[in-house]
Amino acid sequence: MHKLFIRSFVSSLVFLFTLTVAAVAKDVKAAFVYIGPTGDHGWTYQHDVGRKAVEAAGFKTTYVEGVPESADAERVLRQLANSGHDVIFTTSFGYMNPTNKVAKEFPNVKFEHATGYKREHPNVATYAARFYEGRAILGTIAGSMTKSNVIGYVASFPIPEVIRGINSFTLAAQKVNPNIKTKIVWAFTWYDPGKEAEAAKALIDQGADIIAQHTDSTAIVQIAEKAGVYAFGQASDMDKFAPKAVLTSVENNWGPYYVERVKAVANGTWNQKDTWHGIGDGMVVISDLDSAIPSNVRSKVKKLQADLASGKVHAFTGPIYDQKGNLMVAEGKTADDGMLAGMMTYVKGVEGDIPK
Amino acid sequence: MIKIVKRDEPSRAIFFLTPILAIFLTLVAGGLIFYILGFKPFEALKFFFIVPIADKYGFSELLLKATPLCLIAIGLSFCFKSNNWNIGAEGQLTFGAIVSGGVALLFYEQEGFYILPIVILAGAIGGMLYASIPAILKTYFNTNEILVSLMLVYVSKLILDYLVVGPWSNPEGFNFPETRQFSDSARLPLLFEGLRIHAGIFLALAAVVISWFIFYKTYLGFQMKVSGFSLKTAKYAGYKGKKMIILVFLISGACAGLAGVGEITGPIGQLHREVSPDYGFTAIIVAFLGRLHPVGIIFASLVVAITYLGAETAQIFMQIPKYTGQVFQGMILFFLLASDYLLFFKFKFKGSKK
Repeated sequence: MHKLFIRSFVSSLVFLFTLTVAAVAKDVKAAFVYIGPTGDHGWTYQHDVGRKAVEAAGFKTTYVEGVPESADAERVLRQLANSGHDVIFTTSFGYMNPTNKVAKEFPNVKFEHATGYKREHPNVATYAARFYEGRAILGTIAGSMTKSNVIGYVASFPIPEVIRGINSFTLAAQKVNPNIKTKIVWAFTWYDPGKEAEAAKALIDQGADIIAQHTDSTAIVQIAEKAGVYAFGQASDMDKFAPKAVLTSVENNWGPYYVERVKAVANGTWNQKDTWHGIGDGMVVISDLDSAIPSNVRSKVKKLQADLASGKVHAFTGPIYDQKGNLMVAEGKTADDGMLAGMMTYVKGVEGDIPK
Repeated sequence: MIKIVKRDEPSRAIFFLTPILAIFLTLVAGGLIFYILGFKPFEALKFFFIVPIADKYGFSELLLKATPLCLIAIGLSFCFKSNNWNIGAEGQLTFGAIVSGGVALLFYEQEGFYILPIVILAGAIGGMLYASIPAILKTYFNTNEILVSLMLVYVSKLILDYLVVGPWSNPEGFNFPETRQFSDSARLPLLFEGLRIHAGIFLALAAVVISWFIFYKTYLGFQMKVSGFSLKTAKYAGYKGKKMIILVFLISGACAGLAGVGEITGPIGQLHREVSPDYGFTAIIVAFLGRLHPVGIIFASLVVAITYLGAETAQIFMQIPKYTGQVFQGMILFFLLASDYLLFFKFKFKGSKK
C-alpha cells in the first residue's frame, strides 16, 4: 500500500514535470467555440475575424462552430482541452457552466468566456465589450435623423446587457431630440431572420422610421431597406446588405483582445481577470458613416466618439430618470460598472415594460 | 440484361440488410463529399467514425449521446409500428424536461433519496400528458397527428423559453435565460468517476427489454402489428382502435419525457433554452434505421450518435465544417428509404434461373 503510494506519487511528479516542460517547449495553440456558423455575418462571424487575427499573429488556432448550449458544449470543451490547446475562448453566454466545469479538470489550460460572470477557477477569465458606448453613437444619429420621433428597437433577451443598450441608445437620442420615444419588440432570440423580420415590420407599422437591433441577423436591415426606413448594423458592418438603410454599424472587434491574451499565454503572463473594453480600447468600432447623415450630425458623432474613447464623456451621465420619474443617477454623476452590470430598469422615454 | 421484377412478398433478409447497406452507401457518399471538399476521404472518415470513440472517455460519450436517441426511438417505434405518426417527440421531450425540471426546482437545495424518483416520474408524466394531446385529438376529432404533434414541438419550446426567461429564471443569474442548478439529490448518479455517462442508460436499456416483450409476447403487440399492416383488418378483428392509439402515444411520450429528464438531470443539471439538440427529430431516423426493432434501435442509436461526435472531432482535427454531421444523418435516412425499394423489387439477370 505504502509502496504503491510512493510509486504513484513519483510517477505523477515525473508526469507533471514532462507536462510543464512540454508546455514551455511547444507553440501556443488557441481554440474557439462558436454558437453559430462562421458565416452568420454577425456574432460568430466577428469572433472568427478575431481568430484570424490570432492566426495572423503567428499562432495556431482551431475552431468548432455550431456548438449547441446543450450537454454537447462540455464534450467539445473537454476534447479541445485534451487535444493540446492552451487557451480556449468560449464565445456564448450559455457556455458559462460547462466552461467552469471543464476548467476545473484542466488547470493548465486557460479558459476565456465571453459575456459571462462566473470565474470559479483561477484559469477562467471573462470578457465582454461595452457595446452600450456604440449604442450611444447610434442613439445620437437616430435622434438627429428621425422625423416621426418614433424609433424602433428589436431586442433579444431582457438581460442587463440588452437593457443597458436600449437605455444608452435612448439617453443619447434624447440629448439631441427630447421628444423621441423608443419602442421595443422582444424577439427572444439572438439569431432568427424570420422572427427578426417580423419584429422590424411590426415596428415600422407603428410609425418607427429608424430601426435599431440587438439581434444578429441581417434580416432587419434588409426589411428596412425595402420599407425605405433607416437601420443600424449589428456586430459586423452590414452596409453591403442594405446600402441605403444602414446608417452605420457597431462592430465587435475581438481581434486585439484575442491576440493580447494568446500572447500572454505564450509569455506566461496570463492572469485571471474580467475585461470590459469599449470604444477607447478598440473592442467596439463604429463603421463608416453613411452619406445620408448630414455634416452637423457627423461632427456631433465624431466628437462623441472621441469623448467616449478618451473617457471625457460617459454614456450614463446623470441626471438619469427611470420610466416612473425616479432618479437613477444624480446630476453630474456617472453610473458605475456595478450598476451597469445589473441594469434591469428602463430609462424615461422607453415605451413598455421589461418582460418578466 | 437486367430486369426489375416485383417480389411476391417482401424479403425478410433484405429487411434487415438494407440498414447496413444504407450505412455503407452513406460512408461511400460521405467519402466522396470529403474528397470533393478537398479532404483525404479515408483520413476524414477515420476522424469521423473511429477517433471519437477510440478511448474510454470517447466511448462513454457515445453511450451518453445514444441514450436519449435510443429511448425516444423505442417509444416512437410503438407509434410507428401501429400506423400512428408521432413526429413530435421533441416536444414531448421538452415538456417532460419542463415538468421534471419544475419538480427538481421545487426541491432546490434539499437532500433526500426520494427526490430523484419523483423528478423522473414527473418527466415521464409530462411527456405522456403532452403526447396525449395529439392522441386524443386524433381519436375523438379525427385530426392529423403528424401536424398536431409537430406543431406542439414549437409550442413546448416557447413554454420553455417563457419559463426560463421569466418565472423560473435564476434569481441570482442577472436575468439570463436559465434556472438555478438542481440539487445533487435531483441529479442522475454518474456511473464512473470522471465520465459523464449516467444512470439514465438503464432507463434506455429497460425500455429496450420491455418494448421487446410487449412487441413480441403480448396481445397489445399483436394488435399493434395488425393495425400496422392494415387498419381495416384491425377493425374487422374487433380491436378497440382508440384505446390502442392513446396507449402507444402515451408510451411514446413517456419515453421522450424520460429522455428529457436524462438530459437535464444528467449532464446539464439545470433548465435552459437548449435542452436537446433536436434529439426528438433525430430519433425518427434512429427508429427507422433500427427497423422499429428494439435491438436494431440500439445499434442505430449508436451509429447516429457517432455522427454527432464525429462531426466535432473532424472539425477540431481536420477543419471539416461541423454541419457535415447533419449531412450524414440525412444521407443515412435517404439511402435507407431508397434501398427499401429492394424490399419489394428484385433484379433479375438474364440467364439466371427464374
